[in-house]
Amino acid sequence: MRADLRTYGLLARAGFRRQATYRLALAAGIVTNSVFGVIRASILMGAVAGAGATVAGYDERAMSSYAWWGQVLLGSVAVWGWSELADRVRTGDIAADFLRPVPPYLSYLAADLGRGALALLVRGAPMIVIGSLYSGMTFPAGPVEWVLGLVSIALAVAIAFLGHYLVNCIAFWIIEIRGILLAYGIVATLFAGLYVPVHWFPDWLRALAAATPFPSLIQTPIDILSGYAAGPGAARLVAIQVGWVLGLGIGAALTTAAGRRRLEVQGG
Amino acid sequence: MTTGRAFRPTAGRPDDGSAAAAHGDADSDAHSDAVISVERLTRVFRRRGDTDLAAVDAMTFSVGRGEAVGYIGANGAGKSTTIKMLTGILAPTSGTARTCGLDPMRGRRELARRIGVVFGQRSQLWWDLPLGESFDILAAIHRLEPRRAATRVGQLIELLDLGPTLAQPVRSLSLGQRMRAEVAAALLHEPELIILDEPTIGLDVLSKARLREFLIAQRREHGTTLLLTTHDMGDIERLCDRVLVVDHGRLAFDGTLSGLAGTVGAQRVLIVDLDRPTDALHGIPHTRWLGAEGEGVRQRLAFDAADTTAAAVLAAVAERATLRDLSIEEPDIEDVVRRIYSAPPGGITG
Amino acid sequence: MANREGSWAAYRTILRSRVRAQAGYRVSFATDLFATLFAGLAELTEVYVIFHNTPRLGGLDFTAALLVFALANLTFAAADLLVGHCDRLPTYIREGKLDVFYLRPLSLLGQLMTSEVSLRRLGRISVAVVVLAIALIRGGVQPTAATIGMLALAITFGTAIMAALFVAVAGLQFWLLDGREFANVFTYGGAYAAQQSSLVFPDPVRIFFTFVVPAAFTAYLPTLVILGLPGGDAASPSMAWWLPVAAAWVWGVALLAWGRGVRHYQGAGG
Repeated sequence: MRADLRTYGLLARAGFRRQATYRLALAAGIVTNSVFGVIRASILMGAVAGAGATVAGYDERAMSSYAWWGQVLLGSVAVWGWSELADRVRTGDIAADFLRPVPPYLSYLAADLGRGALALLVRGAPMIVIGSLYSGMTFPAGPVEWVLGLVSIALAVAIAFLGHYLVNCIAFWIIEIRGILLAYGIVATLFAGLYVPVHWFPDWLRALAAATPFPSLIQTPIDILSGYAAGPGAARLVAIQVGWVLGLGIGAALTTAAGRRRLEVQGG
Repeated sequence: MTTGRAFRPTAGRPDDGSAAAAHGDADSDAHSDAVISVERLTRVFRRRGDTDLAAVDAMTFSVGRGEAVGYIGANGAGKSTTIKMLTGILAPTSGTARTCGLDPMRGRRELARRIGVVFGQRSQLWWDLPLGESFDILAAIHRLEPRRAATRVGQLIELLDLGPTLAQPVRSLSLGQRMRAEVAAALLHEPELIILDEPTIGLDVLSKARLREFLIAQRREHGTTLLLTTHDMGDIERLCDRVLVVDHGRLAFDGTLSGLAGTVGAQRVLIVDLDRPTDALHGIPHTRWLGAEGEGVRQRLAFDAADTTAAAVLAAVAERATLRDLSIEEPDIEDVVRRIYSAPPGGITG
Repeated sequence: MANREGSWAAYRTILRSRVRAQAGYRVSFATDLFATLFAGLAELTEVYVIFHNTPRLGGLDFTAALLVFALANLTFAAADLLVGHCDRLPTYIREGKLDVFYLRPLSLLGQLMTSEVSLRRLGRISVAVVVLAIALIRGGVQPTAATIGMLALAITFGTAIMAALFVAVAGLQFWLLDGREFANVFTYGGAYAAQQSSLVFPDPVRIFFTFVVPAAFTAYLPTLVILGLPGGDAASPSMAWWLPVAAAWVWGVALLAWGRGVRHYQGAGG
């Protein structure tokens, strides 16, 4: 058990280190994210101003906070594209993954958590500074909410990864899944609340979004970190995230096993 | 003495420090007819957090019309940098380069019409289109008249045996097929100068042979000038009548291949098969006995081309035994080049 | 002159071959086409969601916002279709494609611009065209010389402005290399800003996206003219008629950046 933990720790650290080498890329990323943050904050704040005082409980300051917390999370929570598993299935390299003692979804997940943690530090943290200075941000009410907020980021990273992993698993059965990955990314971006809060959706669309894990990716961590949700409300959101992690995790385990059987039947 | 390593095949010629301004054998002294003319060409790369690197260092040479020149040296010796400066991709730090009488930077587009270049590692073909379409596009780019283009493409297809691959997407060609296609693409517009950068890298023996034969025929028919970088000494032996060796950005040798071998003292080996077991052939003038097989039926003698000739050695052997067969092993040029590099400055003087 | 015609013929041949190459991969092409269409619809949904909650954004109502969305998307997607690959210059450099451009008797920029055509962007363009029609009908736009002229001006010179951004960014990429993401500020950032009313931005941002990166000229300012809106805060409708000047300005900058970039490449050796 301890050896397992050590393995995951090493994998996480490798993912962490791999990113740190690209310093110029990081600087460029911070500048770019800042500019997009300015545009997004302007739009969301403008919308609140146009509606009067508040929209769905958000005032202008809350909207600024929403936009900038979104920029903080953007690098860590990979809403868009991951196709490594599908690529490895196609090339047959997946066979090597199955030979390792660690199941592929856990080793990839560990690496992704490492990547997410680094991105939060080097790409996310500067956004907090810039956002606070530029148009203001709000923060969790107390230490419990801070902890819940950080936990919800980790859970969001895990949900984002497991979702992509499951879509990648389709490659065990269908060769060309690029279209599915693209469509998944587009829907995930919309329903995560990255550009407009899910709370703003018309009822039917919000119900649709709530049936997916996507609001747990961006909307949930923002709600907790910006203080929009606190106390039992925040805990309930994290509980929903935990539910998605468990559900998707079990799904990943079962699908991986089924995919492996399929490869063995094919003699791949 | 800035070019301590520079030396000439022609023994006794003083090293004037200008690194082989013009070499003696070919007719490149007629500077006006030089297809390539490079004078004190220098290219310094600035390296962050490191000392500057002179990839090409005050190099001077010229290549006359119709010459075939092998440009050889270790990886990182400055070959690619020189070629980039000759084709206008890279600006010299100092010195001048003229290709086909043009400034490669300012006259790039005019120059592109008159030279054909194959970079072994970078393709000029369209990987997602059938090969034939690449030729059509290149013909349009070079504005070849349709009938002339058709004739030329037909010739190249036949000579390079590309017919069966015309309808195939380039990405599905084998390496040998692709390399022949690259050469065809570079020669489509009948350039007066061909620059080939590692054209045979990774090719099998047959593909290499086919490509070399084609290049020899092209030169014979069109009088095309050829500059070739390669790691394959077979390319040099078959294709080139002159060799430039570059080392650390400097011209280390300019002359014939045999001259190169002679200069660094590389020896040819005479292998003689005798009619009966014979004692070791020690004491043949200017030779060194290397060994014997089959109780002395086959014997190997090393000799230096500068000191004696194969004929003289044979005559001496014939006085001691009856010859049944013989062969001569040429010096291993890679070994020769390696010896240039490992020589201490000024250590080799021919 | 004959020289130039010869070059055009060469570029035409290259472009035709690019179109054919995409036709050769039907399934993949259809997938990409669908993806850009779907992405366009998702962005449209976001506009819809915002106006579900507010009657006005930056002084525009839903119809005007749809027109801005349509023009910004149409011009950006058209530019992306034509020259969007320019911001992948670091890949061209790494793969040695740029060096091959040097060996052909055509301009480097001309070759870069014609080296690819992303027909998949037609998906997004079709969304933009439909939204454009809806916005014009909802807005009760009369086909006068002014509205038709402005529409034509916005589409042609708007596309030219967006294309210039890609070219400018290609010039910058000679320096950026690893920092290529920075270039997104000008291209994708410009396109994102173009989709909004200028009035949502604070002054420095508005000035930047009007006079430095003239994104406001592609959609917001023409919309003011077409729908007869007053604008405000130094964003007057009459400015829209300066579209050709804005396009000339950004192309001037783009060509300068490209020229400097090429010289830097030749100086630095990639």
